[in-house]
Amino acid sequence: MSYKCSEYKIVGKKTLAENIYSFTVRCPEVAELARCGQFVHILAPGFTLRRPISICGIDREEGTIRFVFVIKGHGTEAIARLNEGDMIDMIAPLGNGFSVQSAPADKRVIVVGGGIGVPPMLETAKNCSKVTAVLGFRSYGNIILADEFRTVCDSVQICTDDGSVGEKGIVTAPLTRELDKGDVGAVFACGPLRMLGAVAELTHRYGVFCEVSLEERMGCGVGACVGCVARIRRGGEEKLLRVCKDGPVFNAEEVLF
Amino acid sequence: MSRDLSVKVAGVTFPNPVIAASGTYGFGEDYTPLYPLNRLGGISCKGTTICEKAGNLPPRIAETTAGMLNSVGLQNPGVDVFIGKYLPELKKNGNVIIANLAGATIDDYREAAEKLDATDVDMIELNISCPNVKQGGATWGTTCDGAASVTKAVRAATKKPVMVKLTPNVTSVTEIAKAVEAEGADCISLINTLLGMRIDINTRRPVLHNNVGGFSGPAIFPVAVRMVWQVANAVNIDVVGMGGITTWEDAVEMMMAGAKAVQMGTAIFTDPYSPLKVIDGLEKYMERNNIGSLSEIVGTVQPW
Repeated sequence: MSYKCSEYKIVGKKTLAENIYSFTVRCPEVAELARCGQFVHILAPGFTLRRPISICGIDREEGTIRFVFVIKGHGTEAIARLNEGDMIDMIAPLGNGFSVQSAPADKRVIVVGGGIGVPPMLETAKNCSKVTAVLGFRSYGNIILADEFRTVCDSVQICTDDGSVGEKGIVTAPLTRELDKGDVGAVFACGPLRMLGAVAELTHRYGVFCEVSLEERMGCGVGACVGCVARIRRGGEEKLLRVCKDGPVFNAEEVLF
Repeated sequence: MSRDLSVKVAGVTFPNPVIAASGTYGFGEDYTPLYPLNRLGGISCKGTTICEKAGNLPPRIAETTAGMLNSVGLQNPGVDVFIGKYLPELKKNGNVIIANLAGATIDDYREAAEKLDATDVDMIELNISCPNVKQGGATWGTTCDGAASVTKAVRAATKKPVMVKLTPNVTSVTEIAKAVEAEGADCISLINTLLGMRIDINTRRPVLHNNVGGFSGPAIFPVAVRMVWQVANAVNIDVVGMGGITTWEDAVEMMMAGAKAVQMGTAIFTDPYSPLKVIDGLEKYMERNNIGSLSEIVGTVQPW
């Protein structure tokens, strides 16, 4: 697997919601290699460890990639202080993306996103032909990218924890209704671990192929340090596999939540 | 004009003094997309054990001011896989390869050292200082008797140069250093990580699942310089210095403290190119100061 490590220019910066930023970076060599579900490992100026952030958009014609992140601590705060025109140091693209190519063409794909797990599902949805999005947010003020999902999806279901927009509750209720229709070929999901566990349980029950993107505290980002492992059941035994290199996308059946 | 940056440690010639530190560089293959591995002075491979080890549960990583904690717990595929799968790849292109060896018992060390003796690894680094495993690792490296007994067993099991990697988590690192020298260690590397801890104030849980872990990165550099200086003055064998080296200036400082070569680890996570930048900086430093061989600066600190 090939990746690059260099400084690239930020050509777009937007605030999507409180503490949530969208950066567009000109990096043709990365855009060429990148696939949906992969991530970039970003150097937060002044910090020892990089921050892994999912790719939200890939534009090979423009030679750009886009990522969306939330300020979680001092490191992401330092990244958020970077501006259009500044250089950003990235190792990218990293990890294995969603296997959109193996989704059956005659069936529907459901992309499921929760909170800051929503952004990588946008590029994933773009790479599927018949696709429905099920997106969960805390509240009205936390909703991001909904309009962009509407331009690439046949249908977008939104739910919020407090019911301020769409359905009240978590993604499992709308996901269950979609699965009940019986025409779903694959589910791709990213979000909080508890949500992913619930999604995995549902897709298992319905016998639908499902991949989930995991998150873990990361060191090198390229597989060398073995710092970011997840518990995976593979070949009849439990293994600790690297989220950065063996993932971040895993078959939901294999993940021990 | 390009300078000769080569250094000799325990009879092994490294093309330059910058070695990737064990546990931070895997078996090299993860960094080949960026540059040929033979641009490094050498690679100390991920710590290997006689049998496969699953390692500790996550989270295994925590950031600190100017550093990080890790508690990987020696996850590795075992020495046979290292020898059969990774070593042949690593030995291509003239890479100088150090096998890092850890164990729970003396027999583990001896058996794995015998296997490594039959390979073309250039050196064996004895890990008697891993803070992240309950059995073995640091339990050997924190007493003179433990350190001496492992060194003695491995010394008898191999003709390869043996480098013993010391833990800083002891009262007197020089006593341990003298103990391993007396049992036939060819050289010493230090420092392994300092034992540390972080707590998530929201959950009141330690950030690391192992509760505690090894502290590395620029923050520990002064501790490393001090210990390298003390050990280099206490033994007659070669010393390889590590602990927070990030820049070429750090490497020069470590060599002036007494290190013949250096290892870099955490800095690679921040910038995978950092070892190459250090090598480049060392070459320019030699040119500016008309230094013919880096051995000219080793141990040249003039204490007050």
